[in-house]
Amino acid sequence: MELLINNDKIKIPDEIGNVSVLLEHFQLDKHIVIVEVNGVILDKTNHRDTRLSDGDKIEIVHFVGGG
Amino acid sequence: MLKIGPYEFSSRLLLGTGKYPNFDIQKEAIEVSESEILTFAVRRMNIFDANQPNFLEKLDLEKYKLLPNTAGASTAEEAVRIAKLSRASGLCDMIKVEVIGCQKTLLPDPIETLKATEELLKEGFIVLTYTSDDVLLAKRLGELGCHAIMPGASPIGSGQGIINPLNLSFIIEQSDVPVIIDAGVGTPSDAAIAMELGADAVLLNTAVSGAKDPVKMAKAMKLAIEAGRLGYEAGRIPIKRYASASSPMEGMSIG
Repeated sequence: MELLINNDKIKIPDEIGNVSVLLEHFQLDKHIVIVEVNGVILDKTNHRDTRLSDGDKIEIVHFVGGG
Repeated sequence: MLKIGPYEFSSRLLLGTGKYPNFDIQKEAIEVSESEILTFAVRRMNIFDANQPNFLEKLDLEKYKLLPNTAGASTAEEAVRIAKLSRASGLCDMIKVEVIGCQKTLLPDPIETLKATEELLKEGFIVLTYTSDDVLLAKRLGELGCHAIMPGASPIGSGQGIINPLNLSFIIEQSDVPVIIDAGVGTPSDAAIAMELGADAVLLNTAVSGAKDPVKMAKAMKLAIEAGRLGYEAGRIPIKRYASASSPMEGMSIG
């Protein structure tokens, strides 16, 4: 399926069914990341229950240096 | 002690984490500063570079309170979204509201700043709002129930120091919540002056991260803030027009 991740169209294998697996796929699961799916900000505890489908709009953000 | 919402801190220096030469210098500067509150920003991640180093993962997060900012937002709505994203990390419930209205001066948009502060207070955040040195806006923020008011000393990253001490002193005098001088500090003496004015704390970033020796500057800022605070508590002498001798006039063995 194709997702819009951080405004880029990205094809991922169809078996990636939820946000947890998506993060594992990109090896981001060990990092401090925050995910928003179609405008809904997810708590970490909801990653596994949030199913993904073709065309979903996803934001993956993290903390960077700033003042 | 510095009290912000339910939290108490011994240090009155809040340190930004942007623009350090490298993570090792940054880590050392943070340690030397003895700061207990660190600010940072929320940004999109490069998902194809899982191994990119992240400074937060190099720090002992138990030692610090994290203060994400809403930098990048130019509307209240954007600021609220960034705040909610940061809280979803499960690492923090404090937020530095920063809604920039002009990219050249990086001065905050007063209307959007007020709106964002109000909304985030409703959402249960501990809200520290970056604002200009406008006295009445600071008053309005205080009335909203903001947990700390953070007027800029001068434009962000400019190092111009304290350009309107009078307004800052009015803001400090009228405020029931901590006033943290945020932005524009360039030197340790700027930080000391802010504290002598009666500020509760100072938030700075570039003054340390951009110094030739950031670690040494972190220490200098820590000492300056402590000195300024002690001076404020001790109470300065009044300024007189003419001299006033320190040595007694009686008992001189002359004449």
